[in-house]
Amino acid sequence: MQFSESWLRSLCNPALSTDELCHLLTMAGLEVEERRAAGADFSGVVVAEVLSVEKHPDADKLKLCSVNVGESAPLQIVCGAPNVAAGMRVPCARVGAKLPGIEIRQAKVRGIESFGMLCSARELGLSEDHGGLLALAPDAVVGEDIRRHLDLDDTLITLKLTPNRADCLSLLGIARELSALTGAPLLAPEVKPVLAAVADTRQIVLDAPQSCPRYCGRIIRGVDAKAQTPEWMKRRIERSGIRAISFLVDVTNYVMLELGQPLHAFDDAELAGAIHVRLPEPGEQLLLLNGQTVTPSADTALIADDEKPLAMAGVMGGEHSGINDATRDLFLESAFFPPAAIAGKARALGFSSDASHRYERGVDFDLQRKAIERATQLIVETCGGQPGPVVEAVAEAHLPSRKPVRLRTARAAKVLGIALAAERIESILQGLGLGVERQGADFLVTPPSFRFDIEIEEDLIEEIARIYGYDNIPSQPPVARMAMMPASEQSRTAMSVRRLVAARDYHEVVTYSFVEAAWEADFSATRANGAAPIVLANPIASQMGVMRSTLIGGLVGTLVANRKRQTERVRIFELGRCFRCEPGAGPVAGFAQPLRLAGLAAGLALPEQWGAPGSRVDFYDVKADVEALFAPRCMEFVKASHPALHPGRCADVVLDGRSVGVVGELHPRWVQKYELGTAPVVFELELNEVLAARFPVYVEVSRFPAVVRDLALVVPQSQNLAPLLAGLRAAAPAIVRDVALFDVYHGKGLAESEKSLAFRIVMQDTQRTLEDAEVEEVIAGLLAVATRDFNASLRT
Amino acid sequence: MDNLDQLVASATADFAAATEPAKLEDAKARYLGKEGSLTALLKGLGKLPAEERKSAGAAINIAKERIESALAIRRESLRNARLEAQLATEALDVTLPGRGMPCGSLHPVTISLDRIEALFRSIGFDVADGPEIETDWHNFTALNTPENHPARSMHDTFYLQGEGGRVQDDILLRTHTSPVQIRTMLAHTGRFKHLETMPELRVICPGRVYRVDSDATHSPMFHQVEGLWVGENVSFADLKGVVADFLRRFFESDDLKVRFRPSFFPFTEPSAEIDVAFMSGALEGRWLEIAGCGMVHPNVLRFGGFDPEKYTGFAFGMGPDRLTMLRYSIPDLRLFFEGDLRFLTQFN
Repeated sequence: MQFSESWLRSLCNPALSTDELCHLLTMAGLEVEERRAAGADFSGVVVAEVLSVEKHPDADKLKLCSVNVGESAPLQIVCGAPNVAAGMRVPCARVGAKLPGIEIRQAKVRGIESFGMLCSARELGLSEDHGGLLALAPDAVVGEDIRRHLDLDDTLITLKLTPNRADCLSLLGIARELSALTGAPLLAPEVKPVLAAVADTRQIVLDAPQSCPRYCGRIIRGVDAKAQTPEWMKRRIERSGIRAISFLVDVTNYVMLELGQPLHAFDDAELAGAIHVRLPEPGEQLLLLNGQTVTPSADTALIADDEKPLAMAGVMGGEHSGINDATRDLFLESAFFPPAAIAGKARALGFSSDASHRYERGVDFDLQRKAIERATQLIVETCGGQPGPVVEAVAEAHLPSRKPVRLRTARAAKVLGIALAAERIESILQGLGLGVERQGADFLVTPPSFRFDIEIEEDLIEEIARIYGYDNIPSQPPVARMAMMPASEQSRTAMSVRRLVAARDYHEVVTYSFVEAAWEADFSATRANGAAPIVLANPIASQMGVMRSTLIGGLVGTLVANRKRQTERVRIFELGRCFRCEPGAGPVAGFAQPLRLAGLAAGLALPEQWGAPGSRVDFYDVKADVEALFAPRCMEFVKASHPALHPGRCADVVLDGRSVGVVGELHPRWVQKYELGTAPVVFELELNEVLAARFPVYVEVSRFPAVVRDLALVVPQSQNLAPLLAGLRAAAPAIVRDVALFDVYHGKGLAESEKSLAFRIVMQDTQRTLEDAEVEEVIAGLLAVATRDFNASLRT
Repeated sequence: MDNLDQLVASATADFAAATEPAKLEDAKARYLGKEGSLTALLKGLGKLPAEERKSAGAAINIAKERIESALAIRRESLRNARLEAQLATEALDVTLPGRGMPCGSLHPVTISLDRIEALFRSIGFDVADGPEIETDWHNFTALNTPENHPARSMHDTFYLQGEGGRVQDDILLRTHTSPVQIRTMLAHTGRFKHLETMPELRVICPGRVYRVDSDATHSPMFHQVEGLWVGENVSFADLKGVVADFLRRFFESDDLKVRFRPSFFPFTEPSAEIDVAFMSGALEGRWLEIAGCGMVHPNVLRFGGFDPEKYTGFAFGMGPDRLTMLRYSIPDLRLFFEGDLRFLTQFN
């Protein structure tokens, strides 16, 4: 809501500077979003009358003007404007005037003295118009300061109104608020009924009273549709951000801005019979003023005559029934449409109008007659015409009710945390124009017809706090009964897991939850398993159209973006939700939304540095990162297949028999498609599983010496470690504390089809020192198992 | 016994001349060995008359101790020299960089969320989480924002495509973290409804939220932190106290100005916007809108299972992205979501 400060001050004029006024409004909940001066900063410019114009003797394009600035002697001024003519009134910057960027001095122009400058609109910073002098009204008072004449010391104020404050979508509403805040009197415009000069009327029929419980209409015959809008009115509506069009349109806008009541003017010659407010016939169409042909939904009220629809009620007029320059007789509408009847109607058609904006938030339902009289008064003053009587149709039962709301002084104290005297509360509520009935310490408060936001006690408490001033409510440390919060040692926080990953040289990223459809097709196991994608109905861009079911896409996308920025070594992770359709999942039925943790490593395993091998990161580097995340819990890595990953270099991470994630090298197909050069290694884990922590269990520490033996076994190249290690561990007696792989060898001394796996076996007893014989027996036993079950032989 | 003094002097000189341990041991043998000169003197004692033997023996022993002491000093000095030489050869270029793996980093918004959680935990707030694909009921209706409420147009909402390409209008991407309020209240009141007075509910709910909006200050996905405190005596003055305290601790600025300005949210009444102004720096003195808050609307308390007559509460919602931008002077919101390592590595 934009408006002119001087207009506001004509309705309520507290002794406040512009700064103070804006601060007061902001702190009362009418946030001043923007303010700017109506005119540039200049001085010394007055209204002047051009008395005569002669040619400059030495210049073709210059003229010699004699100008009356309201003093006894006229001034001689040289002027180059093409439109300068004797008799016109123009702004004149006198000697000593300060304009934007220049100061006017007495000067010789091509040999002739000039005592000032006649100004264009641009020279005064009023507009970009530099086509000629700014022509002022013929009755402008010569000698008057132009700032005063054009009201340029005005400020344009824009309020960012919240949707509950429809009552402030008018100057009168803002003035009412200002009066309540400051106590300055409200100077509402006087509106007297305009007596009917003709008897002509149109019958008004409320066929859909729930959509229109009050409708006032009036014919005005014989208007001059070409009448000029008075300067003051034009200035006020333009300073409110509405373009002046023609007087009849301007006057409806003016009254809407002044009082808050949207009006509509029909060309009476286009109407046939009675005016109906009704719901549309099935399939009925209407061409709107904006050129859009609409088929209104069944609950959209139309204004119609006996033959045809005329307008979409409370939203926009129709193209064929509106006024134009040729209009002689008009039919003026001032109606109340309840918010529920208008809400969402304009938005559904993809636009908003000043009328719909007000109606869907709530227009004073007691204002219609006053507004039509106000408009009639202004029309008759400016463009003549003979008004008929106002016809008002009302469906009382459908008008909004204003039930009294009970307010307890004690409740206000409880909610606000300060005790206010009942007297103070009473005066605040009365100042806001609310009907107040005191009942001891409590009140029965009836909201006025212009307030749509007061229904419960808390609404009144907010009004009290607002006028009392939020700043005046103390800011106090709260008092509470405290209990400690549980903190289980068997789980970790997501934050501690993030720190763990970051400590292993991964950088955290946050990528969008909606991704390219191609990423889902390429990288998602969920999709590969046949689940339908979750598609956004209204994505912000086509490449952000599908909810991700894996974090891998975002990580690969981030890798691509960093490679474009010449960062070769990329180690990133993300912790975020993935989404998939799953019958029975919750808490939102049908959607599983697990949090996952995923990482990606590409480029060198270690940053390029002296004294360390420059090897590329591989499967085993990242596997170690995954193991560190779960440590000390032990997982199995089971060869797996995953659409994103290399089929031979990919493993399911299995914990206690459950798959909790995947780790592997990106599939060469995607390395090529996304132009990655070399394959990054990625992991993706269910966060819940990572968060679970093992509660430590004490195991007795032995005081006796440990015996360590190495066992190097030659096995077929195809032998995987896990089953062999499991076999050895299963066969080991209790004194074996650990069997661990410490070397893998393939090469000289072994056949091409063989490799050697070397194990370190640690033996120890808690009760005694082990004897050589039993140690040798254990090693022999393990070798026998390896030979029997895994075709292994002792490496010699 | 001048010859004993000479012997000591001679031994000390020989030891000093020995520049290697082996030569020192040779010199030692010459004096203290089986055939050594001092050993010979000791052996010769027996030939002396008994009355001289005692005093001569004592003198020889003193000389022997002096030689042994000179030997020990020389041995120590040779050891030190050797260590010095070894240390000299082992000297490193300590200015070469350290080896191994560096450290990664947390996202700057994560750092803020961590600090926010810690500050609120310190006054007894728990942390809760909720789904990002949310029901219309939790996101709007239960927050006192029925269908066609003008406040719905404040949020441009992402909806999902349902069967046959139609919009599934009962499911959406949450436009704020406020639905977690509803879920948390329902869980709390479900758990404690049998008690005459339920314990207070204090919780913050950080998370990602979504709106159809994108420019330098808006991202279609961003973060929010919701806070909620419900109890028997929770007031607007408490809300002001908690939020102002938090903002001053978060920005580590005791002189931060905080103001509360009336506003409107369907789910709070009274409602306020919170502005802050810094007392120094590039933004000095400018009011910056930083959060929305208010007393929980009685309808919302009812939807959450509380009797609004008995319980009151406050709620606030703020943008950790914006808090992070202000804290670290980050000019553009989009940097948070572009994954540029040159940006992200600044926060480790």
